[in-house]
Amino acid sequence: MIPLTYARATTLDEALDAAHDPGTAVLAGGTELLNWLRLGITDADRVVDISRVPGLDRIEPLPGGGLRIGTLVRLNDVAAHPSVARDWPVLRMAIHKSASAQLRNLATIGANLLQKTRCAYFRSEEPVPCNRRVPGSGCAAREGHDDRHALFGWTDDCIATQPSDPAVALAALDAHVVTRTATGGRRIAVTEFHVLPADGVDRDTVLEPGELVEAIELDAPAPCSAYVKVRERESYEYAIVSAAVALRLRDDGVIDSARIALGSVAMRPWRLAEAERRVVGLAPDDDAVTSAIEAALAQARPVAGSAYKLAIARGAARRALMTAAGVRP
Amino acid sequence: MTGAALYAADHVAEGMLYGVLVGAPVPAGRVRGIDADDALAVPGVTYVLTHAEMPKLGVPPVPPASSARVPMLDDEIHYEGEPIAVVLAQSLEAAEYAASLVRPDIESAPFAAHPSGERAGAVIPRESGYLFDAPDAERGDVEGAVAGAQARHTGTYVSPSRHHNPMETSATLAEWRDDTLTLVDATQWSYGVRVVMCALFDLAPEQVRVRSPHTGGAFGCKGTVWPHQIIAAVAARVSGRPVRIALSRAQMYSIIPYQPQMVQTVTLAAADSGRLAAIEHESVNVTSVDDDFVEYATQASRTTYAAPAIRVSQRVQRANINLGTAMRAPVEGAGLWALGSAMNELAAQLRIDPIDLRLANYADVHPFTGQPWSSKKLRECYEQGARAFGWRRRPNEPERDGPWVVGQGMADCAMGTYRFASSAHVRLLADGRAVVQSGTQDIGTGIVTIMTQVACDVLGLKPDQVRCEIGDTELPEAGPTFGSSSTMGVGAAVMNAAKDVLAKLRERSGQELREAPGADALAVAMRAVGAQELVGAGSFTPQDSEYALHTFGAIFVEVGFDPDLGILRLRRAVGRYSVGRIVNPRTARAQIVGGIVWGWGKATMEASRHEERLGRWLSKNLAGVALPVNADIPSDIDVGFIDEVDEHAGPIGGKGIGEIAATGVDAAVADAVFHATGRRIRELPITPDKLV
Repeated sequence: MIPLTYARATTLDEALDAAHDPGTAVLAGGTELLNWLRLGITDADRVVDISRVPGLDRIEPLPGGGLRIGTLVRLNDVAAHPSVARDWPVLRMAIHKSASAQLRNLATIGANLLQKTRCAYFRSEEPVPCNRRVPGSGCAAREGHDDRHALFGWTDDCIATQPSDPAVALAALDAHVVTRTATGGRRIAVTEFHVLPADGVDRDTVLEPGELVEAIELDAPAPCSAYVKVRERESYEYAIVSAAVALRLRDDGVIDSARIALGSVAMRPWRLAEAERRVVGLAPDDDAVTSAIEAALAQARPVAGSAYKLAIARGAARRALMTAAGVRP
Repeated sequence: MTGAALYAADHVAEGMLYGVLVGAPVPAGRVRGIDADDALAVPGVTYVLTHAEMPKLGVPPVPPASSARVPMLDDEIHYEGEPIAVVLAQSLEAAEYAASLVRPDIESAPFAAHPSGERAGAVIPRESGYLFDAPDAERGDVEGAVAGAQARHTGTYVSPSRHHNPMETSATLAEWRDDTLTLVDATQWSYGVRVVMCALFDLAPEQVRVRSPHTGGAFGCKGTVWPHQIIAAVAARVSGRPVRIALSRAQMYSIIPYQPQMVQTVTLAAADSGRLAAIEHESVNVTSVDDDFVEYATQASRTTYAAPAIRVSQRVQRANINLGTAMRAPVEGAGLWALGSAMNELAAQLRIDPIDLRLANYADVHPFTGQPWSSKKLRECYEQGARAFGWRRRPNEPERDGPWVVGQGMADCAMGTYRFASSAHVRLLADGRAVVQSGTQDIGTGIVTIMTQVACDVLGLKPDQVRCEIGDTELPEAGPTFGSSSTMGVGAAVMNAAKDVLAKLRERSGQELREAPGADALAVAMRAVGAQELVGAGSFTPQDSEYALHTFGAIFVEVGFDPDLGILRLRRAVGRYSVGRIVNPRTARAQIVGGIVWGWGKATMEASRHEERLGRWLSKNLAGVALPVNADIPSDIDVGFIDEVDEHAGPIGGKGIGEIAATGVDAAVADAVFHATGRRIRELPITPDKLV
């Protein structure tokens, strides 16, 4: 019996108004908020349900071949959309691997990017030292079980990773998050949406109080794209490492441009910029692709237990790139 | 599936209070005091019970109690999460919220952390109810045999602590009326709960009734009596109201048990021919500071291969953690991970097929006692399993299938046979239908189906003409539902009760009833008797036998390993089992397939991680430990039983099958991983971090 009030927003303005109050939690699909409330991850005492706000659950084409996906579109509806299936297969694949069918039927695309880390210390049933959970309490994972933790962008304050699968695909697609506030809104690159520990562990994303995700926007189609998710079981599990790749191929099959993002290696999807530069001009099955990925991974800084993830990251990125190019491994 | 079954936590009593346990926040120390003011201020909260208000209780026997130490008896803290208070309220929500407001004043003390995979601190277990057998045993000259052997292999094999994780969390509803106590409990052993309650409260058996109409999975964690059951009974007595306590998933990790980590070292000494000269096996398991639970993994080395010299030793490592217990599959199941792996390593060293190495050491009699087996058709298991799998055509080098490297491995399955005294009634009704009664528990394994089937066989009835009543200590007493024992014990008792009622009917009616007469003939005879009901009684008492009772099998697995991604997947499995008569092929197959899947989870996924610095389980939830999901299970799991009747095991001719299929899978998988990768993984689970 956590004392809690519940209200349903009927318009976006109502929702924005409510979201401004730091004691308010916004409910969309509800698959993650319930966990937070049960674990005491949020101290919200008021829930505002935006799931019935009209107009936020549509998928619409954008000029220039892009796509605008309303924040309340259910994950499975995104994946099942014909243009997503045709033009952005990486997003479809990432969604299909993101959760059980039941969860995908409820969870929304916008809020999926807002899910919090799955670090076992953060998700403990009673608080243990975790700066994200209790500010200033330290990071028990830093000296503890850290094999599911970061390769990039961590600090001693937090070594956790962001778990969203769709976020990794969207990062490889250079997608944008469109937000709304009472006074306007903005367009944020998915690659800039999540906050790394160096910029503070008091928040997960750059969203300000009173700012809601309104839509996700994809630009030009990326039919040569793929997602690989590595985990110890086949389904219903977070990634050890995942990789999303979107390619443009020349007529002779050589890589014209590549966008490569890794998931579960940092508190945001991690683009391998150096590998993206180095693979241009290579055939997808050229061994030099692996060298290019290795060169980018040389900048990784694993924590004590996560070093093994480097080999998996290399393999996953390589496999995603070959799959995107239609080359059988 | 109707959803109509009521589990313990579904039961409500009039005036019932909801109890929520408050756990110790540290693994060791003392409770100086408990400030319950805020908790008591929550509307609906009626009572916060701490050790200060605990009544004096008797000392229960272990087992069926999990510990001789009664919970909340004093101010000492022995493990993180140990109950230090219980909040009682008129709603679950109020009780949960109030429990979060209880403020204990704690004096922390240094604690011994859960050891991490080595045998440091191992000691000989103390005398306790858990010492079922001597910790050390030896037969033959092990030293001499090892020294003189042509080939030797020594390996240390680690299996992690892992929790049972049944769907239903443990729950108990306790209610006192005058001096009688009734419990509705999620248990595998209603009569064991009764024994404990009688000892605690100094009651006669007829003053305690334990009902357990359905238990939602258990796998061993509901076998003995754990703190919540005792606290519920005490809280109900102190408050004068019925009290229901249902554990949270987190409390399933910290208050009730798990299979403890084991570090096992096996030495095999053999001739170049593969003939074993000696087996030496030590197993060290983690236990609590209070009780030395001993997981007899070394039993595998006493029972599996015909070595002239065998030495085993059991040790424990104490830590400030909750107590472990048996988990599907204990004993041989725990030990065969080490012994089976060692045999496969020896086979590779000697360049002998693992089956041939096993055949060279085939135990025609019990290797340690020399007793004949009651029945054993393990040769047929090897033969039929190998043929179905294509084992003898296994390529030396692993094959590739796209990105997958395909590895194959095999191992022995084995399990001791546990039998418990059981009794049953068969009540024949005037219309020829029957009611079958036995105080056994249904934990999801299908005992009601077996009881129905056995009664139908004897009486010639159709399944819808038989109704079963179970899960109540007011019914004829039955043994616990663990150790794969129920079909043998309860099945035999029902068979005897059905025969008894048939004999009585023949005698009283004076009619010549044929075998399995059927409802119509039974009704005619009942009319001749002129009774509304005729009751037959039957029982099963295990007799000491000159035979050794055991079950056997062979498991073959094929795995795919993706070297780029480090992932391992099960492609197919073949299992063949020598387990006596199969009473119900369909439920038996389901048990066996489930056991293989369970074994795959143990081999490649499951570990309950303990946080050594915080002295607590890290993830007390199902998100923190991967178990196989449907997508992990190939359709190609081929299981079969050798046609066999074991007349020495009991009148049913069958033996237990609930656990054997969970044995050996780990060793077979490790061997398949070796085949695919050339690497021996000696620490479970075999996860990607160990393979890339």
